[in-house]
Amino acid sequence: MLQSLWENRIPVAAVVLFAVGFTTLLLHRNLFKKIIGLNIMDTAAYLFLTSLGYISGRKPPIITDGVTDASAYVNPLPAGLVLTGIVVSVSVTALMLALTVRLYERYHTLDLDKIYLMAKDEEEEKK
Amino acid sequence: MSFAANLPLFSVVGCLLASAVSAVLRAKPAAWVTRILAALVAAASVPVLLLGLKTGTAVTYTMGHFPAPWGNELRFGILEPLVSGIFALVLLACVVGGDRELKRDIEPAKQNLYFVMVDLVLAALLALLYTNDLFTGYVFIEICTIAACGILMIRQLGRTTLAAVRYMIFSLIGSGLFMLGIVFLYSLTGHLLMPNLKTAVAALWASGESRTPLLTAMCLITLGLCIKSGLFPFHFWMPDTYGYSTPCSAGILSGLVTKGYIFLLIKIIRCVFGVEVFYASGIQSVLYVLGVAGMVVGSISAIRVNDVFRMIAFSSAAQIGYIFMGVGLSPELGTAAALFHILTHAITKPALFLSASRLSEASGGRKRFKALQGAAHRNPTAGAAFAVGCLSMIGVPLTMGFIAKYLFAFAAFRENRLLVPTLLALAISTVLNTFYFARTLIRVYNTRGVTPVPPVRLRTQPGYAFAAILLTAENVVCGILAQPLIEMLTKGLSVL
Repeated sequence: MLQSLWENRIPVAAVVLFAVGFTTLLLHRNLFKKIIGLNIMDTAAYLFLTSLGYISGRKPPIITDGVTDASAYVNPLPAGLVLTGIVVSVSVTALMLALTVRLYERYHTLDLDKIYLMAKDEEEEKK
Repeated sequence: MSFAANLPLFSVVGCLLASAVSAVLRAKPAAWVTRILAALVAAASVPVLLLGLKTGTAVTYTMGHFPAPWGNELRFGILEPLVSGIFALVLLACVVGGDRELKRDIEPAKQNLYFVMVDLVLAALLALLYTNDLFTGYVFIEICTIAACGILMIRQLGRTTLAAVRYMIFSLIGSGLFMLGIVFLYSLTGHLLMPNLKTAVAALWASGESRTPLLTAMCLITLGLCIKSGLFPFHFWMPDTYGYSTPCSAGILSGLVTKGYIFLLIKIIRCVFGVEVFYASGIQSVLYVLGVAGMVVGSISAIRVNDVFRMIAFSSAAQIGYIFMGVGLSPELGTAAALFHILTHAITKPALFLSASRLSEASGGRKRFKALQGAAHRNPTAGAAFAVGCLSMIGVPLTMGFIAKYLFAFAAFRENRLLVPTLLALAISTVLNTFYFARTLIRVYNTRGVTPVPPVRLRTQPGYAFAAILLTAENVVCGILAQPLIEMLTKGLSVL
């Protein structure tokens, strides 16, 4: 059991990180912590994907010494996927931060529950 | 390869280009760019559909002529162009019909940015429909999420921003799970293109090895898309999202964006997991149960609210339940019924949101039911379109809603085990639907205690009139001449 955990330490770490990020995103009331949770969650998936793409002893697929045998190189696709994923998560984070700024300017708190109550009161007053 | 096979790619690229161009245009030209774009996309899907109908097979379009497994591919048969054409028409109706509300709800300096986002939503939806690559699907899911959040948060009310945050959180959880599922699947099979994945998954399932990781991957992908499309019990973001956004956005978000994810799920079930594997895995039973629960719970919530927009939003949750019930019911007839209901809801819900907005405008901008007393007499066009929409959601004959319910019931008769629960769920949900939609209809047509005012003329609201007529006509025509559409859906499903 322990041995298999150790052999699969990177996927295990990725799953643990994913769980940490997921619960933070879902359960934390503070908006900033939610965003941090989101980033941890994404990073976990990238860690997993990167570890899949790495085979020890092989090189990145850039031919410098004339070796054209494919078995000397790793598949570049997982790294490409991770790059794409990073771009996606950067833009999503930026959007979430923009929303957070807007909410903070209006309600002067980052606690989502408090903001919800204030927004509800605001609407009741209008009616 | 015929020229028509290029059109899906041109549509996606055209939408992306248009969104970039709209960023530097003023509001009015940007609006026209979006309108023309949507009309062109709808027109472009016709030759693709004809191609699919003529050949009766799906076309695989390799981009840049890089063969699998290195290249990226689009794949389209009959369903994809059909659905994309209808989606583009609905989007056109939304941006034209909600024009006045857009001017009211959005700061003048930011109005062109709204159309940037709408173009991006259309691009992402088309890519979700046409893609043959799972990771491209993921990227466009995220683009769709960001753009959808953009058209939601552009209305600067406190509640709208809050709704946007909540929408983002649910969406991000959904897409995170979806991505993890893809990574699992990639680690098991080493493929991302759908046909290669399907072969590999089928072989893996037959060999019986790695059953648990494969099931986990399937669960994660399905769960991610269910959260994003708002299946019960993940529908809590819906009422605020639709209730506080500008009506055009509410129409696009409820009618199209959630449907794009469901269509992708149906495509993944067909083209990645394979029907035999998916319907042997047990996930479909979970979808069925959650769908039925959503039908009932969504409707009960809709009865309990006293704000017309929130009522329509909760009704969306119920309609999503119908669709997932169909997917869970059976791979052929049930899924065909689900596809028909996707179109029904995509056409009906935007009409309801736009009409409710005009009815509320004619009642001094108030949204409570009490204020809407007699509103249909103050704006007869909106009243009529609202009535047709309500009748379609209830499932009255001559509308698409009736055909959808008939197809669900018909599919249930082929599944003996699920016959009684399906029919019961349909009956209960229809009674509940009737209760709150009929109640609202009576309210807007009842003039008791209301001083009559001169009605809003058709001429003073040309944009809305166009949208109302387009959506209502689509609804009634597809409701009366449903047979060709059903045949296309069934045939399309078999070549998906």
